Amino acid sequence: MTTLDTGTTAPAKKRALSFEWLGVAPFIVFAIMFLILPTLYLVGAAFVDEKGGLTLANFAGLGTPQIVAAYWISIRISGASAILGALIGLAIALALIRGKLPPGLRAAVMTFSGVASNFAGVPLAFAFISTLGRLGLATVILKFVFGIDIYKAGFNLLSFWGLTLTYLYFQIPLMILIIAPAIDGLKKEWSEAASTLGATPWQFWRYVGLPILWPSFLGTLSLLFANAFGAIATAYALTGSSLNIVPILLYAQIRGDALQNPGLGAALAVGMILITGFANVVYLVISARAERWLK
Amino acid sequence: MAPFLNVENLTKSFGSNAVVKGVSFGFNKGEFVSLLGPSGCGKTTILRMIAGFESPTSGSITVDGHDITHLKPNQRQLGMVFQAYALFPNLNVGDNIAFGLKIAGMPADQRRARVEEMLKLIGLPGFEKRYPYEMSGGQQQRVALARAIAPRPRMLLLDEPLSALDAKIRVSLREEIRAIQLDLGITTIFVTHDQEEALSISDRVVVMNAGNIDQLGAPHEIYNKPATRFVATFVGHLNTIEATVVSASSHQVDIDGQVVTLPSLPGGAATNAPISLTLRPEVLSVGERAGADIMLTGTVSDVTFLGSVIRLRVALGKNIISLDTFNDQRTAPPARGDAITVSLASKDLLILN
Amino acid sequence: MKQSRFWAWVVFGVGAAYFLVPLIATFEFSLRMRRGYYSFDSYASVFADPKFQATFTYSAVIGLLSIIVGILIVVPAVYFVRLRMAWLRPYVEFLTLLPLIIPAIILVYGYIRLYNSSSIIPFTGSATGTDILLTFAYVTLALPYMYRAVDTGMRTIDVQTLTEAAQIAGANTPQIIARIILPNILVAVLSGAFLTFAIVIGEFTIASLLNRPAFGPYLQNIGANRAYEPAALAIISFIITWGAMSMINLLSRFAPPHFCPDGLTHGPLP
Repeated sequence: MTTLDTGTTAPAKKRALSFEWLGVAPFIVFAIMFLILPTLYLVGAAFVDEKGGLTLANFAGLGTPQIVAAYWISIRISGASAILGALIGLAIALALIRGKLPPGLRAAVMTFSGVASNFAGVPLAFAFISTLGRLGLATVILKFVFGIDIYKAGFNLLSFWGLTLTYLYFQIPLMILIIAPAIDGLKKEWSEAASTLGATPWQFWRYVGLPILWPSFLGTLSLLFANAFGAIATAYALTGSSLNIVPILLYAQIRGDALQNPGLGAALAVGMILITGFANVVYLVISARAERWLK
Repeated sequence: MAPFLNVENLTKSFGSNAVVKGVSFGFNKGEFVSLLGPSGCGKTTILRMIAGFESPTSGSITVDGHDITHLKPNQRQLGMVFQAYALFPNLNVGDNIAFGLKIAGMPADQRRARVEEMLKLIGLPGFEKRYPYEMSGGQQQRVALARAIAPRPRMLLLDEPLSALDAKIRVSLREEIRAIQLDLGITTIFVTHDQEEALSISDRVVVMNAGNIDQLGAPHEIYNKPATRFVATFVGHLNTIEATVVSASSHQVDIDGQVVTLPSLPGGAATNAPISLTLRPEVLSVGERAGADIMLTGTVSDVTFLGSVIRLRVALGKNIISLDTFNDQRTAPPARGDAITVSLASKDLLILN
Repeated sequence: MKQSRFWAWVVFGVGAAYFLVPLIATFEFSLRMRRGYYSFDSYASVFADPKFQATFTYSAVIGLLSIIVGILIVVPAVYFVRLRMAWLRPYVEFLTLLPLIIPAIILVYGYIRLYNSSSIIPFTGSATGTDILLTFAYVTLALPYMYRAVDTGMRTIDVQTLTEAAQIAGANTPQIIARIILPNILVAVLSGAFLTFAIVIGEFTIASLLNRPAFGPYLQNIGANRAYEPAALAIISFIITWGAMSMINLLSRFAPPHFCPDGLTHGPLP
């Protein structure tokens, strides 16, 4: 019996094993070729000077005022659009799910959020130019109907606040999509238990509801940050290369009309990876903690 | 003396669907009462109206002489335990138990003392710093109980608190709940669909059916003298025998060709009319028994071995009845196909309308 | 209670205004091409532009190729990882999250440096090679969503039991994947496909840096040179995105319970 067993199952097992690898291999080869290697290559290139020697000069080059300013405005725009997007998205999601609004509304908003969160890039820039550009509908109505000239008041679509306002168009829906399941995870019994224990609705949110949502909120916040930090198409279509944010700077560098130094470009890219990578690690760590709670 | 909890003509409709159809009852202080019934019978809705989560369509609820019908849940001073524990996942055990105390503004040192006392009461001393996700279902539910009773509520409401637990823990925890309830003397309403649970720990049981109360009484009354056919079938097992009246005047009926005499017939049963007789499995005995005045013969159609008890199904003809017999280890149990005689006392027949 | 509903309506109203006003404004703007009255001239102008037709077709074809390649890469990997290589799972999940961590512009920068005409694999050396590279780049972009869609689909059908049942019935592995698994996760795969399409169709950064005649760079070019057509194109793009998302919603009605299309339309939910 024993000998028979080894005689028949061993080859069968071997064949199954090779099938498994054959199935997973394309994925692994693909990931190495189009995710790992390009990234590692850039990381490596960031430490190499123009003659091929090892150097840290490229990272020192990031200290030039133009690049520091680019990082700073990128961080500010990403931060502002992430924080505002997260807060407003949370408020809308709470209003929808907990605010006793008609149930059909929720499905409509979720569908719309799915669309709007993917409606980034060039068309989004067009939409905001048509709305808040110098000839945009909102600008014109505010000026001629309400007598408010937002451009005279200092607003400019091609500025920090203009870009932030535009980014919110995909940041808020993304927040709604991600936070809605977390709000659904707030069991009805928790607020009922709190109320039998004497808590007002506000006390429930203060001590239970919001603390439970907090990790999801923070996690999504970092995700929104990374999302905005890497975005370029919207900003580029909106401002051309007049707004000096990191992705646009890198875009110009790749097109070959800035910096004039491939090593510096690689260092710029590594800086971006570090920042978005950090934001995503924060997201993963925090959301793992939130999941543990809600088991 | 006026009852501690008084529910008067309570109704609840969701749209055109009446879930509770005019229910009235009064419970005494310190009583442990179960609301028993199948799902959808309105028992949970009644509990939720007492807790304040649903507002009654009409009727009133008074506790200790105060009308609480229109109070918000957080003004009622009631403790509640939910089926799915509902512990706050962001708070540890100590903070969960102290939640109601904190809301009530109790100073921290008193809170700590109360939490310790509660943990001792539920048999989990030293668990203050644990989080709910680190504990078993049974432990979580005990903490939920402690949280509910820590602020010394006027009444304790338990909404199927054992349904989510394993069978063994269910039994031990229900005994624990009853012991704590007796210890504190707290008036308790326990909602369950499990008749064994309700019968085993309650002072009184309310059997609900389709939005109405079918019977309210002590467990033994509910079981031994069910008021309706629904109560009889829902609580415990029940045999139904279809028979024909042979002679209405002499109370003789025909059961699959065997004629027996009954002490009385259900009202209005005429000669040749079909009637159904109902009886509990345990009133039937195998063979002849002292005090039995009805004997029936049949064939064993099924034997189920349940350990201390053997459940037999006996075919009398078209009627199949089940009965329980003790497992006598000295004799072999009856086998399928055996001819068998069963006996019962006619006074044990339940005459139900 | 009344008050909370009031505030809910206020929040909802403000949000709705923010999201609807740009759409209305863009639509209004797109109708203003002819002086004095509204017309669909800008749309006519867009549709008549041969470059619009060419770039849109190009992007649609690349999008379809990306979907096919994505399915071929992801489905077997998810299947075997779920079935027998659970230990690989964390690594695979991490890899599928990478495209969200590494911005597209950095990936394409890496591609250009790594696969230039003088490298071992000179993707960018020829137009066809660059088209292939663009396809793979889009597969990468859509990987987090495609993976999540397929993974969710397989979670809801209990791959293990289905496979064992098929094996007992005498099926071999390719037959199991093609005839049993794939039909059962078709809804999930199609959801991933539509999402891929929505992401890819107007993509700008990669197509532009690889110098391909795609729809995204065309949009950008129009935006820099025309007045009313961009608004029309924004509306058209919105309708395309909306169409893809509606298809996903529609598909989810045919999916088994527990399958949540919302989970696909966003980032790395573990």
